[in-house]
Amino acid sequence: MGIGGGSDMYRQQILDHYKNPRNYGELDDVTFSHTGENPSCGDTITVDVRLEDDGETIDYVAFSGDGCAISQASASMLSERLQGMTLEELEAMDTDDITEMLGVDISPMRIKCAVLARQVAQDGAKLHEGEIDDLDVTKTED
Amino acid sequence: MEAPEQEPYPLDVEAVRADFPILQRKVGGDVTAPGEGEGDTKPLVYLDNAATSHTPDQVVDTIADYYRSYNSNVHRGIHQLSQEASTAYEHAHDRVAEFIGAEGREEVVFTKNTTEAENLVAYAWGLNELGPEDNVVLTEMEHHASLVTWQQIGKKTGADVRFIRVDDDGRLDMDHARDLVDDDTAMANVVHVSNTLGTVNPVAELADLVHDHDGLVFVDGAQSVPHMPVDVQAIDADFFAFSGHKMCGPTGIGVLYGKQHLLEEMQPYLYGGEMIRTVTYEDSEWEDLPWKFEAGTPVIAQGIALHAAIDYLEDLGMENVHAHEQLLAEYAYDRLTEYDDVNIYGPPGDDRAGLVAFNVDGVHAHDLSSILNDHGVAVRAGDHCTQPLHDKLDIAASARASFYVYNTREEIDELVEAVDDARQLFA
Ligand SMILES: Cc1ncc(COP(=O)(O)O)c(C=O)c1O
Repeated sequence: MGIGGGSDMYRQQILDHYKNPRNYGELDDVTFSHTGENPSCGDTITVDVRLEDDGETIDYVAFSGDGCAISQASASMLSERLQGMTLEELEAMDTDDITEMLGVDISPMRIKCAVLARQVAQDGAKLHEGEIDDLDVTKTED
Repeated sequence: MEAPEQEPYPLDVEAVRADFPILQRKVGGDVTAPGEGEGDTKPLVYLDNAATSHTPDQVVDTIADYYRSYNSNVHRGIHQLSQEASTAYEHAHDRVAEFIGAEGREEVVFTKNTTEAENLVAYAWGLNELGPEDNVVLTEMEHHASLVTWQQIGKKTGADVRFIRVDDDGRLDMDHARDLVDDDTAMANVVHVSNTLGTVNPVAELADLVHDHDGLVFVDGAQSVPHMPVDVQAIDADFFAFSGHKMCGPTGIGVLYGKQHLLEEMQPYLYGGEMIRTVTYEDSEWEDLPWKFEAGTPVIAQGIALHAAIDYLEDLGMENVHAHEQLLAEYAYDRLTEYDDVNIYGPPGDDRAGLVAFNVDGVHAHDLSSILNDHGVAVRAGDHCTQPLHDKLDIAASARASFYVYNTREEIDELVEAVDDARQLFA
């Protein structure tokens, strides 16, 4: 099956994370929180991150939002993946890391859904570190 | 589904399908390389006709013939090719006029698409004529082509832009229309057939209402002209627009119909060559209608191809085209309503145009359409350029199957099977 595949994208793992999202909800003592949307799909994701005392290591991640299975499952998997990583490692994550994490080929039209959570987490980290300062909501347009 | 006692198709579908080689295509493989490739194994079930329709050989041949044998600029040369191209291009206007019941070519302006026709009137008429004392009436089911255009013209001119409510059955609330339209209504822009709900709006009744208050009416016919007989004078539309690519024609051509006296009073929207009669360094005079509104080298090949598309549709007969789509729409509606967790938007199956927008509980429209795509079924997923309407329905997106002359019940069965697959995957 090629990269246009639909059902192929919906392997058990994705459906499982969609139906039973991990770390879903909001954090009480959050170090930073950021929201993003994928206007073409109507997906929205908020990522809450709590850092350890060293200010670099990710202690815990929660997410909330709604949208298609790809965007929500990707956020759920990412929330597990990020725990214990450093902000630097987060910022180094690229699209390949996400498709690898998902374990399926994502068709070009759906890649924005897949990377939304990563983008939100990265922008949240950049805002926290003061690398950018005027971003309200992340939008995955291009 | 067994088919022994099924109603026969109003069209000879097998013969029609033979005119569209693309329908033989298989899909499912690499999407980055256009055309059928190695990994393409599933027969294509094309149900995205409201977005764009396919092009029969007769129209493709017309385009090829133009480029192979008389390609030339129009209205400029005295040489033979230019005369041939000019004649064919002008005749295309006559053919369109006849097709939609206009008085003649003076009332038929070729544009890029429906959207450009909307903008032409918004800029050439709206910007000059509207002020803070006026209002523009739209419907809640307008396409972005008209909605965004008049919304922005409203901001520039101070005109109040208001929306006729859509009721729970997906029909216009005509009582609300009578409340909204008043003596300050300068323009009403109404979609003839909703590209999302499939509603066929009572445009002649609305035109009466608006004319009683001395306003003008622009009917967006992008989803009506390709699918049913339309007579702009019977509707009494002041302006009317549609796109060639949704009616067996090529992309890059749309039509603006306007009553002659209105087009005469309007100033051009684009300036340049072709649209002028005389030019000095100080001033210019405009060409006659419709050329006054077709600045620059126009859509020559596309216009001539639109003529061929109209010939094709009229050979089938617009009544038959309409009846065929009705039959498919009703069939799709009945089959999809077999499932309690499938929600269809708009009026019931026997009172809608040939399209069905729907959602499956618990499945996002984009996931749904990805799974349908895996079955080779092409539908549109998203807000179909009616985002405010989707907000009103309280959904982010929907999937939409839309039918045309070459679609069959078996293709709808394939759609339903794919929908059932999605239901089970997400159950
Ligand atoms: C009702 C309606 N109006 C306007 C348009 C715009 O047509 P186009 O994109 O060809 O300008 C469409 C289709 O996209 C439509 O369905």
